[in-house]
Amino acid sequence: MDVIVTGLLLGGLYALVAMGLNLQYGMARIMNLANGEMLVAGGFAAFWFYTAAQVSPLLTVFIVAPVAFVLNWLIYVVFLRPLVARAKSRGQLEVDSILTTFGLSFVAVGLMLAVFGGDYFSYSYLSFPVSLLGDTYGANRIVAFCAAVVICGALWLWLTQSRAGLSIRAISVAPASARLVGIDVRRLAALSFALGGTVTATGGALISTFVTLDASTGVLFTLKALVIVIMGGVGDVRGTIVAALLLGLLETFVASVIDPGLTLAAAYLLFVLILLVRPQGLFGRAQT
Amino acid sequence: MRLTNRDWNALGLSALLIAVVCCLPFLTQGYWLSIGVTIAMYAVLATSWALFSGPTHYISLATAAFFGVGTYTVGYGIEVLPYWTLLPIAGVLGAVLAALAGLATLRLSGVYFVIFTLGLAEFIRQIITWVQNLTGQRGIYVLTSITESHIYWQLVGLAALVFLTGWLIGRSRLGFALRIIGDDEEVARHSGIHTARAKVLLFMVPGAAAAIAGAILAPRYVYIEPMLAFTPMLSFQVVIMALLGGTGRLWGPLVGVIPFTIIWEAISASFPNQTTLLLGVSFLVIVYLLPRGFVGLIEDTRHRGREAQA
Repeated sequence: MDVIVTGLLLGGLYALVAMGLNLQYGMARIMNLANGEMLVAGGFAAFWFYTAAQVSPLLTVFIVAPVAFVLNWLIYVVFLRPLVARAKSRGQLEVDSILTTFGLSFVAVGLMLAVFGGDYFSYSYLSFPVSLLGDTYGANRIVAFCAAVVICGALWLWLTQSRAGLSIRAISVAPASARLVGIDVRRLAALSFALGGTVTATGGALISTFVTLDASTGVLFTLKALVIVIMGGVGDVRGTIVAALLLGLLETFVASVIDPGLTLAAAYLLFVLILLVRPQGLFGRAQT
Repeated sequence: MRLTNRDWNALGLSALLIAVVCCLPFLTQGYWLSIGVTIAMYAVLATSWALFSGPTHYISLATAAFFGVGTYTVGYGIEVLPYWTLLPIAGVLGAVLAALAGLATLRLSGVYFVIFTLGLAEFIRQIITWVQNLTGQRGIYVLTSITESHIYWQLVGLAALVFLTGWLIGRSRLGFALRIIGDDEEVARHSGIHTARAKVLLFMVPGAAAAIAGAILAPRYVYIEPMLAFTPMLSFQVVIMALLGGTGRLWGPLVGVIPFTIIWEAISASFPNQTTLLLGVSFLVIVYLLPRGFVGLIEDTRHRGREAQA
């Protein structure tokens, strides 16, 4: 029981982070391997505001989100749009964007190392125990989970109900046809990339309340988010949420039953299994 | 397989160059020899990487995984078997691992392959660390009488072998098939090329080469631990060096390896914290300024020179 609840709480935050990556890869068609660094940057901001001015991470989110939005929009326009424009094929864009975002991720790690140093950072926010269904959990985990659920829900409503959300989903299904029905693909791709980065940075601020981060942990989160996105199906919001909860459960199970050092290995095995059995994702249909 | 005069000249010139390169330990010991070892190591890794990734456009980040497997083969095997038998064993293990990885991912899109190979080194590292924690053992000592010069010669020999393999593949049916796959995979499949098999076969080359390189370098480390043998930085450095040089020619990666190693050593000596930044900036330079690497630059200059003459 303990494992299940902890796993679900963790999975909720993974869902938020992976949703950010999915917006970038599924909708804007950019495989952003610097995604984890955006998460760590969000976590750094929360840490910094909390230790310097005792600002609650839940409020920091409102500062992190607009800053991350502008930053990611700039990254897309400056670095990635030229690649989209020059790419002759999907494969070429893929290779270029992988290399570029790796470059950006290393630059981000280098800058964060220069500014904050290589230390681990953590702070105690709401770290009193709360009892739930007979067991006790850190209040910060529960609060972060609730915030993640609210944000995921809002995002889902926006994607399914609003006109902009409809257009973005159209891009993810058929980018070429979307242009024919008058959707401004250039603008919306930038928008969903920026939004994806925002969601991830917000997730980072929330995660930092109960996970210890350091400047170079970003790549681990990138890997996890990628596993979730691929497992859930690229561009599939529902699949992402289910996959994230599954991964959260699996990791918590492995960490508590076998060894905490094996969580990434478990995520990786899950990924290999998905590749071999269902490369199109949990709810995806096989391509003909 | 008929060799033209030009081929003989190229082969003779290469043999001569290798002989010259082998003289380095007689001229210098210490710092420049250790730079020589590093350059020879990256020459093996980057050239074999480019053999696969050049024609297929798949970005492999598995170098660290193969390298670590090689290192650990020596680490565990040195007590039981003579050193010389361990190098081919490491090569076989690397090739088998590459074949398994290839079978799992090479049918799918490039993104899956990148993620799979990036995770592979980390996966093996966590498993080894876990096993060591269970058994209470921390690292392994590799104590041999092998000197830096021996390591250098072995690596140069391995590099020569990789170049030869690349040259032979380029002349073979496999090489021809790969050039078609590189141009258009759809066309290749329709003309009866078994694309997945060709890619898996080719991926075994960098797998074996990197594992042997890891095995050769194991005695240099003396003390082997997972964090050292499977350092993810290695994979990225190899990608950058190969792309910086250019994957279009067999000698391309070498053009990237030499300057990058020297710059890298200089920067990590004086600003050890800024190496990640350097790595990041190099990636961006490659994508935006040198999409075909130094080779592309050289060829463009030559082309322009020829046009100016005409």
